[in-house]
Amino acid sequence: MPDNRKLKRVDLIFTEDCSYKDVLKNTLQRPKDEIIQEILDSGLRGRGGAGFPTGLKWKFTGQEKDEEKYVVCNADEGEPGTFKDREILVRVPFKVFGGMAVCGHVIGAKEGYMYLRGEYEFLKDDIQQKLDEFHKVLDELGVDFRITLLLGSGAYICGEESALFESMEGKRGEPRNKPPYPTQNGFRGKPTVINNVETLVYALMICNVGSQKFQDLGTSDSRGSKVFSVSGDTPIPGIYELELGMSLEEFVEEFGDGDTKAVQVGGAAGFCVPRKKFNDTIIGFEGVPTGGSMMIFNSSRSMYNVLKNYVEFFREESCGQCTPCRVGCQQLLKGIEAVKKGEQPTTYLKSLMKLTDVMKITAKCGLGQSVANSFSSIVDNFKEEMIY
Amino acid sequence: MADKINLKIDGFDVSVDKGRTVLDAAKKLDIHIPTLCYHEDLCVAGNCRVCMVERKGANNLVASCATPAEEGMEIMTNTLKVRQARRYVIDLLLSEHREDCTKCYKNHNCELQKLASDTIISDYLFMDLVPDKDFTIDQYSPSIIKDDGKCIRCQRCVRTCTELQHVSALGVAYKGSEMKISTFFENPMIDVVCTNCGQCVNRCPTGALIERNYIDQVYDAIYDEDTHVVVQTAPAVRVALGEELGFDVGERVTGKMVTALKRIGFDSVLDTDWSADLTIMEEGTELLTRLKKALVDKDPNVKLPMTTSCSPGWIKFIEHTYPEYLDNVSTCKSPQQMFGALAKTYYTDKKKLDPEKVVSVSVMPCTAKKYEADRPEMRDSGFKDVDYVLTTRELALMIRQAGVDFLGLEDSKHDSIMGESSGAAVIFGATGGVMEAALRTAYEIVTGKEVPFDGLNITPVRGMEGVREAAITIEGAKDEWKFLEGVELKTVVAHGLTNAREVMQKVKNGEADWHFIEIMACPGGCLGGGGQPIPTTPEIRQKRAEAIYSEDSNMKVRKSHENPEIQAIYKEYLGEPLGHKSHELLHTHYKERNRY
Repeated sequence: MPDNRKLKRVDLIFTEDCSYKDVLKNTLQRPKDEIIQEILDSGLRGRGGAGFPTGLKWKFTGQEKDEEKYVVCNADEGEPGTFKDREILVRVPFKVFGGMAVCGHVIGAKEGYMYLRGEYEFLKDDIQQKLDEFHKVLDELGVDFRITLLLGSGAYICGEESALFESMEGKRGEPRNKPPYPTQNGFRGKPTVINNVETLVYALMICNVGSQKFQDLGTSDSRGSKVFSVSGDTPIPGIYELELGMSLEEFVEEFGDGDTKAVQVGGAAGFCVPRKKFNDTIIGFEGVPTGGSMMIFNSSRSMYNVLKNYVEFFREESCGQCTPCRVGCQQLLKGIEAVKKGEQPTTYLKSLMKLTDVMKITAKCGLGQSVANSFSSIVDNFKEEMIY
Repeated sequence: MADKINLKIDGFDVSVDKGRTVLDAAKKLDIHIPTLCYHEDLCVAGNCRVCMVERKGANNLVASCATPAEEGMEIMTNTLKVRQARRYVIDLLLSEHREDCTKCYKNHNCELQKLASDTIISDYLFMDLVPDKDFTIDQYSPSIIKDDGKCIRCQRCVRTCTELQHVSALGVAYKGSEMKISTFFENPMIDVVCTNCGQCVNRCPTGALIERNYIDQVYDAIYDEDTHVVVQTAPAVRVALGEELGFDVGERVTGKMVTALKRIGFDSVLDTDWSADLTIMEEGTELLTRLKKALVDKDPNVKLPMTTSCSPGWIKFIEHTYPEYLDNVSTCKSPQQMFGALAKTYYTDKKKLDPEKVVSVSVMPCTAKKYEADRPEMRDSGFKDVDYVLTTRELALMIRQAGVDFLGLEDSKHDSIMGESSGAAVIFGATGGVMEAALRTAYEIVTGKEVPFDGLNITPVRGMEGVREAAITIEGAKDEWKFLEGVELKTVVAHGLTNAREVMQKVKNGEADWHFIEIMACPGGCLGGGGQPIPTTPEIRQKRAEAIYSEDSNMKVRKSHENPEIQAIYKEYLGEPLGHKSHELLHTHYKERNRY
């Protein structure tokens, strides 16, 4: 039996029962190794979707000998169906900054950057104003750390960490070869921690409440809680912080409209789970991981249109540098259209699935590698809709 | 000693220096991993995904060109997973590539075609995407034709243009399915900062970037019985042409080239080496005159350092990038254009031909020469001085078309007049060669003695280092050049426009005290020119350079001013270097151009 949890609301991110100033002040007085251990013990994994252990990222970067290091907050929230970072930045921006400052303290960085999604330009002035306030607090605390706000230009690929660095450096946003990883060679070629907005807040809050409290939540693979962006066919769309490890069944019970056919977990780059698998699917790294996007579809929706929308999205948002992703996405779109029109036999879908398998193992970055997720899960589970 | 990394590829142990890639390690084991975006001259892109290999313990394949070798790593290059992935990737590339192979200029010299023939064994897996795309071919440039329909977006050209040449005329535009290689505001190549150097053409794996070829026009002239077709052959062609026609890299084929040109039907096969010697006479004298005007007469209008002017890629680069230094560029035309101007004046006078009925063709290692020949300034004979410029590659194609068995061909000598040359002219083909040739002559003009180097080999200016400085102290100057006695003549040589920019930036920052600067647009000089055989790599350039220097040391005459045909033209036609006639025919001016 899977180790699944009941759906439980949590309030760690938006809670107002602590002052970020106190948390920051107390945390910055603790030894660096102790903070890293705390984060490691908590089991916190990146909340952007990939789920790399945050403590390890900080530890590796801290171990690098460079004088110049950076903390980057990835606020390029671009995954279709996710809008939780926006909410966090609006409601608790100081906690995000605080998380960055703690990270800077731990790894030995004096500069932080926040890369804000181009479409969030309307938040820019507000965030900048809060940053100015935050810098004053840092001065009071005698902390030598500054955060610069940078704006993206609307490319989805720039949410990929190395493409984001390229973009920050004023170049075309194209993913780099890895290794080297950002912990060694990130922004301006220097050791860099790049964390999602939400991850940084959790890191700060773990320093406040202790790793044990976080560890008590979730499953062994997916510790703690997570902020979800719930959208689609739901009577209550919005932002919810929930304990990880619940089954999709429970999730749908809470948020569905009673006629849920499928849930797309993790946005265009995520997986589509059909009704028959709700019960067996855990929301978390052991089941379907998500950066927060939860799109609910009821039986009035055409899954062909859903898929076509995703593939069109990828075809447009691929940076275009690597062959599997650039050409693969074009072939996928042309392919499903041709099958639908009867210009290709239905067996062609199999070739396309095989193509996504190849894309998964050959694409240069996470974008091309993850096209297979939505494509295979939709085609596999809704084959009739693809054909008829 | 560098750290060694031990790994296993296909079960074989191999050890490489730290920092080397899996691809490097595989090469050491003679395991061939196909590549496409990889090029030895360029930084690693890792974007074509053809060189994917399997790494034990990893789910995803890794790009061997972009993956550093790690201790204990186990790599498999020929598993089912690898073969299938490669097949898919090549299939995808083909689906986006306009396949008109039999009509393509790069037919049989296309890396994609080669990969396809090595890999594809049955039908294509995917649908053709080309009809969905609307690409117009950019064919406005006299040098380079760009056909996006054949582009596989490996970005070799972009990396060439930015890294090797620091020109950045080519860049990546748009994203996703629309992503393409383009120029500033998608203007045609002729309207942007492109220097026409053709290094991109030399590195393009497909037919997306090719030189504009003039083969048909040249044949038309040859077949026209009324016209007298002269052809000149550039120094660097003779050490590379063989590569296209079955010889090893670095084989000199001067004599066979001349025979082949005669067999093709050119009326007279002459030598750019001859006009290279002439260039030295003019440019060497110009340098000395500038030195005198600047150092003795203190003439503020005379600019030093003087830079060479024989590389048309360099000329266009400085016109765009450092136009404020155009007065520092030697006014001498390049050897091609000096030859062209004299072919329809001096040559026709001597041969009693009607210049209107002479067609002048050149064979160059260069694509920028095509642009140069088209410049409006290059009509001092009253006609277009050089009618058609062929690259080394085009000549090789013509030789094959003419059915000439090049391997077994006997040697011939260049015709006369304008066919005799010195060793100093031959080395024009290598970076540092113009400098060396100029010093051999200038030093002797000033002192009456040979340059104080063993066997006339001025080794400090030779080599493949990007920027090389050398100084020569003048001792025993003749009376008229007394002001140069004891002067340390400071020179610098740069090749590749990235290095040219470095040199010019030093001049601009006032950090340089050079008198004379030699710049060649292409890495290695003309021997690595954009019109040379493909591939051109660091190793190949080295071998061509060795061939050039051995050609020089085998020549009887090693100094330009001792070339009898050069002495003759000054006596019979030009008078003296920088004289009236020279000014009219052999010198030119430059033009400021936009920076974008």
